[in-house]
Amino acid sequence: QVLLAVPVAVVFAPGSVPGDLPRPLPFRDVQEMEISVNLRTGVTARYETVYRSTTAQEEAALGAATAREADAALHLLQDASLGSLTVYVVPETSSVLPQGASVYVGKHRSALVRTGGGLAALRARLRQLTQVMSFTASSIASALSDRVPDSQLGPDARRHLKSSLGYEITFSLLNPDPKAHDVDWDIEDAVNRYVQPVLDKLSLVANFSVDSQILYYAVLGVTPRFDKESSSFLLSAHSLPHVINPVEARLGSSAASLYPVLNFLLYVPERSHSPLYIQDKDGAPVSTNAFHSPRWGGIMVYNVEAPASPQASLPLHVDVDMVRVMEVFLAQLRLLFGLSREELPPDFLLESPGNEGLADWELDRLLWAHTVENIATVSTTLTSLAQLLDKIGNIVIKDDVASEVYRAVASAQSAMAELAVGHLHSAFQASKEAVTSSERAFFDPSLLHLLYFPDDQKFAIYIPLFLPMAVPILLSLAKIVRESRQRKKEPTKMD
Amino acid sequence: MAAAVPAGCWVRTAAALLLACCGAALASGVQDQAEQFFRSGHTNNWAVLVCTSRFWFNYRHVANTLSVYRSVKRLGIPDSHIVLMLADDMACNPRNPKPATVFSHKNMELNVYGDDVEVDYRSYEVTVENFLRVLTGRIPPSTPRSKRLLSDDRSNILIYMTGHGGNGFLKFQDSEEITNVELADAFEQMWQKRRYNELLFIIDTCQGASMYERFYSPNIMALASSQVGEDSLSHQPDLGIGVHLMDRYTFYVLEFLEEIHPASQTNMNDLFQVCPKSLCVSTPGHRTDLFQRDPQNVLITDFFGSVRKVEITTETISLDSDLADFESTLPKDELPTEPLKYAEQLPVAQIIHQKPKQKDWHPPGGFILGLWALIIMVFFKTYGIKHMKHIF
Repeated sequence: QVLLAVPVAVVFAPGSVPGDLPRPLPFRDVQEMEISVNLRTGVTARYETVYRSTTAQEEAALGAATAREADAALHLLQDASLGSLTVYVVPETSSVLPQGASVYVGKHRSALVRTGGGLAALRARLRQLTQVMSFTASSIASALSDRVPDSQLGPDARRHLKSSLGYEITFSLLNPDPKAHDVDWDIEDAVNRYVQPVLDKLSLVANFSVDSQILYYAVLGVTPRFDKESSSFLLSAHSLPHVINPVEARLGSSAASLYPVLNFLLYVPERSHSPLYIQDKDGAPVSTNAFHSPRWGGIMVYNVEAPASPQASLPLHVDVDMVRVMEVFLAQLRLLFGLSREELPPDFLLESPGNEGLADWELDRLLWAHTVENIATVSTTLTSLAQLLDKIGNIVIKDDVASEVYRAVASAQSAMAELAVGHLHSAFQASKEAVTSSERAFFDPSLLHLLYFPDDQKFAIYIPLFLPMAVPILLSLAKIVRESRQRKKEPTKMD
Repeated sequence: MAAAVPAGCWVRTAAALLLACCGAALASGVQDQAEQFFRSGHTNNWAVLVCTSRFWFNYRHVANTLSVYRSVKRLGIPDSHIVLMLADDMACNPRNPKPATVFSHKNMELNVYGDDVEVDYRSYEVTVENFLRVLTGRIPPSTPRSKRLLSDDRSNILIYMTGHGGNGFLKFQDSEEITNVELADAFEQMWQKRRYNELLFIIDTCQGASMYERFYSPNIMALASSQVGEDSLSHQPDLGIGVHLMDRYTFYVLEFLEEIHPASQTNMNDLFQVCPKSLCVSTPGHRTDLFQRDPQNVLITDFFGSVRKVEITTETISLDSDLADFESTLPKDELPTEPLKYAEQLPVAQIIHQKPKQKDWHPPGGFILGLWALIIMVFFKTYGIKHMKHIF
């Protein structure tokens, strides 16, 4: 049973206090919500809410012209720790929120809500907001997906990357037609400018390593169809799954590290197959011209315009527009991690995270899910290790394996304690340590059950060896016993 | 009159019902196909192919394994996801009249060795211990990535084993054996750590069905070439090479797989019918009670191929190219690096001059102590108990 505590602060700007508050400001409130995953596993979410009114500085910040400026100003005033949320309630007449949007979710950990309708409506909004910004029942269920019976999970729940200590990201440029295109991509610069900020933000979650390569004469496994109406080549949605396999063999993705690999491929189609567009299920061309595969990576098709005159000399020099490419790849990276912005209610206005790639509260979402997943993994691993030891009684546990197990248990307990208090950062670190220790203990090479003889095999080996030898020993022992008993019976004879 | 009208009504309602049923069936059929796409829930495929016998006359076992390897590669599983264990080298065996080839059809029709075979465990590395280490993941940290089974909870794994076997065991390298209990325990260890989503286990040995009798973990489907008490027979010898080239069951499985392409919708029920008794002489068996889906819905390519689930990317993020600075580039110039020295990897000087380590002395325990006590007692009984006082 895990308790997840989320500290929430609700700050009322002057003029926005609903009339039917139970107690005068400031006051505290605690709400609990049960998320039960299966019969024995459940997660309790506790929202510890503090209601207060604004300070003068916050009031000044809320008077800003746009929501974005207000958010930036408020961020400087807060010291929001990981996992906490602050919700500012502004009066209906306030102009900081644009018309038509009643909720604005900022880049950091705060949100602006327009009041209206009293306390009950406000509470409903708050619940919606906290679920968006921290975790929902379905995100917890998908984090614990191996405990949920299969029928209950939708197909989306199994798609996200599992929590791991590190990930390796590989960018590959595929050029199947070097005679026609001389493609040049400044990947190092693009990685430093666009990818590194996102990875720096995600560095709390895991270690990332990035590499890149260029592959020549690497073709897709599918021949695209020519469409006369648009005079372009089309790849239909149902042929996409077969595109990846022929390329994968050449990617060399199993080179160095044992971490999961995310491949991002940029494909420049051949001259004879240009322009190439990807069709979705309805037959419309996809605006990004890209698709991704869960837990594997993504592919984007980069079309090169035909040369202006047919006499232009081949190969054409192509400088890849890395901004466009990185926008798609980073969006795919977010989707692979499970951060999608499409499932939100329509009147929510979300601030774009800009170059950082993801907002602070999206990082929090990842951390909540990963922490819960880590703790569940630790408990499953240690339980199955205990079951293994029960079954094969004479396995020798080495000292370092034992110390890893103790460390895993201690870290898991501290992670759960931190979660119950609401310190997401330290809970996540503790859960990472717990997972590392438990994996090291479980996968220790010395625990192979083959190396320990079961008792019946021991008997089968030693009895034919020792039984013939033991027979005269046992007989002489019997003789000793008999003689000593006889001597006891006739003590007088010794005189 | 009264009877005729109800009859007419009956016909009309029956026709209407029939049409409605057809319509409903058609609609659900289309929806079924759409759901089929998501039904298996796996995102990657792995294959572990093991040939356990050595010596030239077991050519057919290597050919069996290589033909499954070839089919699996053709259907899309890359080498990085295949762990191939061959206990002996037939292609470069000195007795092979056609070096660098391993044929599966007589008259040397099909060379299954090909150009790009990647063998991960070869000759003496194929042992029961290594096989179990691959399955359970308890591998020493120095093992290269190609020798590991890095599957996760959304992997479908195909495990194919061939060799000589008996009732409840499979012989490895003519010197050791793996029992069905150990195999079942290894699969349970895999399940506990969620190292597979679904597992397909195929075994082509004599009395192969005994190997899957003891499985108790969920999501395992098993096929065997013969039942307990029956022998699996080999297919055809090639007079030019001088040995039997394939086993019957795998030969017909290979012919079946040659017709599968990555987009085919053939399901497992067809695989179960592959080698009837008339062709195979033994009775192939299968076990599906541990498997949650109906074999009708399981595609062959769920295990033998690697068909990925893809999603169209519809979201983008917006990047501001002006904001990105060059702060994080070129930190290399800051630290002057010291010239690197070659480090002695083996400290020879230390090793030569070190004193032998004192090994801790442990008193003899248990069995040895008891044995010696017995021997001493018997000795003193035989020669008289008064000698004991010299000890105490």
